[in-house]
Amino acid sequence: MDTVTQLQRQLVDYTNSLFLEGFLNEQFNQLQQLQDESNPDFVVEVVSLFFQDSERLLNELAKILEQKNIDFKKVDAHVHQLKGSSSSIGAQRVQRVCIAFRNSCEEKNIEGCQKCLQHVKYEYTHVKNKLETLFKLEQQVLAAGGTIPMY
Amino acid sequence: MMLGEARPSSKRMKTVENNEGIVKQLFALIVDDDPIVRKIHSSILNSVGFIAQVASNGKKVVDLFRSGVTFDIVFIDMDMPIMNGIEATKELRAMGVTCKIVGVTSRDNEAKEAFLEAGLDFCHLKPLTVAKVTPFLEQL
Repeated sequence: MDTVTQLQRQLVDYTNSLFLEGFLNEQFNQLQQLQDESNPDFVVEVVSLFFQDSERLLNELAKILEQKNIDFKKVDAHVHQLKGSSSSIGAQRVQRVCIAFRNSCEEKNIEGCQKCLQHVKYEYTHVKNKLETLFKLEQQVLAAGGTIPMY
Repeated sequence: MMLGEARPSSKRMKTVENNEGIVKQLFALIVDDDPIVRKIHSSILNSVGFIAQVASNGKKVVDLFRSGVTFDIVFIDMDMPIMNGIEATKELRAMGVTCKIVGVTSRDNEAKEAFLEAGLDFCHLKPLTVAKVTPFLEQL
């Protein structure tokens, strides 16, 4: 197998594993399908926006949950946003933790919220690493003169 | 979507021919306070043949329509600061706006009902997909 084919194979296998392990769902496919010659970096652009926005939201959440009097409305609003953006890129695991997080908010359960924050941070970091690896593999295929396989 | 289906062409015509053979450009407005959702949803609409513009809250939509700008279809989020989707939809209908308004929300059935009652033509669960928006292209 030549280098390009090997790298493409690696990329396809890695991408499939992300779906199988539940990190990503069909919504991510939707993004890939929107990428074309007129929009060649669409997926990276959207995912980068997601990283920026999520990090901002997670920092805000950490600050709010450190307060003496927690504003649960604010917590809920931030989690709602994170749930929305994670679902729009197909980051399934993050989206799921957000659902549980909102339940803790509704119950005004401080410990529950703090646990959820840790959990969502973990899932976010995990999917971020996975996506960054995916993009690196894509770059390797392109650098070797290959094209990204159609998903 | 079937596996192996061809990707939408980037050269897709952004115009629609109606029965009289008159070619028409279709304009869509995406209203959402999340920039990620705005980017994705406007890309979806562009890919099926609309020209998509974006706005970040309900008040901006109302101001746009007040200033005389029109759209063939509006996709509007429910939860937004300053003026939310329900308030904006009510306001637009009160102003006499008759174009298609489609609600887009991640909320449950009860909230969806309230949103529909504000004057929506339809309400979709987030996120939008090509499959969800294509029927609207055919209706216009």
